[in-house]
Amino acid sequence: MNIIITGLITGSMLALLSIGFSLIFGVAKIINLAHTAFYMVAAYCIFYLSFRLGLNVILSMLIAVATVTLVGLLAYKFAIDPIREHEAAVMVATVALAMFFQEVILQLFTFEYRSVDFLIQGYFTVGGNKIFYQQLLTFGVVLLILLVVWLLLMKTRLGLAIRSMAEDREVSNLMGMNESRLAMITMGLSVCLAGVTGAVIGPLYVLTPNMWEEPMIMMMAVVVLGGLGSIKGSFIAAYILGFAEALVVFLLPTGSFLKMPVALIIMILVLLIRPEGLFGIAFEEER
Amino acid sequence: MGFVLFYFRKLVTLLRNEVLVLPSRIIVGLFLIVILGLPLVTQDPYVFRIVILTSLFAILAASWDLLSGFTGQFNFGHALFFGVGAYGSAILNTHVHIPPWGSVPLGAVVAVLAGLVIGIPCLRLKHIYLALTTFAFPIILFGIIVALPDLTGGELGMSGLERFTSSLMGNYYLHVIIMLVLCFIMWKITDSNTGIIFHAIREDELAVKASGINTTRYKLLAFTLSGFFAGISGGLYAHYMRIAGPSTLAVSMSFTIVIWAIFGGVATIYGPVAGVFILVPLLEVFRIWPEYRMMIFSVFVLVILLYMPEGLIPWVRDKIEKECPRCKVRNVAPRKSCRICTADLD
Repeated sequence: MNIIITGLITGSMLALLSIGFSLIFGVAKIINLAHTAFYMVAAYCIFYLSFRLGLNVILSMLIAVATVTLVGLLAYKFAIDPIREHEAAVMVATVALAMFFQEVILQLFTFEYRSVDFLIQGYFTVGGNKIFYQQLLTFGVVLLILLVVWLLLMKTRLGLAIRSMAEDREVSNLMGMNESRLAMITMGLSVCLAGVTGAVIGPLYVLTPNMWEEPMIMMMAVVVLGGLGSIKGSFIAAYILGFAEALVVFLLPTGSFLKMPVALIIMILVLLIRPEGLFGIAFEEER
Repeated sequence: MGFVLFYFRKLVTLLRNEVLVLPSRIIVGLFLIVILGLPLVTQDPYVFRIVILTSLFAILAASWDLLSGFTGQFNFGHALFFGVGAYGSAILNTHVHIPPWGSVPLGAVVAVLAGLVIGIPCLRLKHIYLALTTFAFPIILFGIIVALPDLTGGELGMSGLERFTSSLMGNYYLHVIIMLVLCFIMWKITDSNTGIIFHAIREDELAVKASGINTTRYKLLAFTLSGFFAGISGGLYAHYMRIAGPSTLAVSMSFTIVIWAIFGGVATIYGPVAGVFILVPLLEVFRIWPEYRMMIFSVFVLVILLYMPEGLIPWVRDKIEKECPRCKVRNVAPRKSCRICTADLD
């Protein structure tokens, strides 16, 4: 039972993170390694607003998501946008950004374990296992957000633009889509998703200034396993890896050390059979 | 006596006509003089330690460049080779009692094998998939190492390795000279035919394939060469620090290598070396504000990349030198005409 719950929660977190990551990769070809750093910033923001300032938790979540989106857009405008053509430089710039956020958080909050209060207290038991209402709530919210993202991508003009830009940049540009504005919007959307992840998952995890590293590795594994740019693939791969992680943690004695290696071995095995990931499209070689 | 004079004159001519005409070559010459003459100025163990570590990291960054900068196969898990080299030579040294002279090359051979093991499956992948997959390998190895505490010391690592020599000067010259020799070899490799093929694979793999070159074989060669040099660097690091710990496989290690290399400028070999020799001592300088050390470091990297996305060294080189449009020979920037063919430099 514990395995199922942990798997679902981890999987949901990874799904949200990896969808944001593959959105911005698809549209702007930016590999944003600072993605999970925004998730960390959001979680700390909520901690600060609700604890230090004593605001309502829901209000502070909203403010946190807005702040993170703003910070993300500023970071994009000033650090990433000017060097867009140089892929490698962008990657290093995002790593430097992530390190910068980590250090800022470290200075502001010190290296102590922090936690955010649950929205709803209490739990019920099924077969001798505690299930917190917070866990159910988190799972529900995640599904809702995933649904909203899916609707946005599939049913709106913006979603159409994002999808076509991911498919073929040049042609979309010729069709009159403003490439740089769309990249900006997608960046905002992607960072916003990271912020939302921090907001809904934050209460279930312990906050530390290096909490971004582990989800980032898992997120990249999910994205590769599911196939880059495939929302459905990311979604399914996230739950596969989430459950794999939960199984390893609960069933093996040294599980907490081995959870990432096992998840990554799964990813590599799948890649050996299908080099483009579970739901990726095999591209013709670009010239 | 006449012979000596002859060679001395030849040397002077060479210096005047080939080295002193270009500022970049003068800088390399000055670098050699400074790094080899440093013990004459100071005997401070702390300075020696920084220079030795910087040299080891310079080998590492250059080996990353050999693989990723030249062939464009973006390896995000370069710490794997470093860690395999370190652990390989550490295990050979503590369990099999092979002295450092043997264990470092053998550790590098183990790293080459690791390069083959990950290279063969990974070369089916392209671009970003390759980067994200290679990223996974050090983490997997980290898990294995922690799971086998008897052989590898688990989380604490293996300590108590032998050093090459116990003398301060001996250690300094050993590591610095190994660094210079290895970097020179790497530079020569990239300057050879093989290096040209590496370049071509990065620029247009399909065209290279169409020219009848087995690109997979060359990419695998790049993986093994790079693994070899990174493995040597790892083995030397383990023996110098006298400990091979899991930190050699950390995610931040893989990231740092990429930061060094891209900061310095990829596909040049001297770029990453210069990047390491700028960034690592700089990080030591920032110790005067210990709390803000990493913050200043990341801002510094960001700002430099913002203005020089190609990397620092190619940018500097373009400022102080220009290429002759006719014969492609480099000239000092203020010159009006080419020093070889006297064509006008715009």
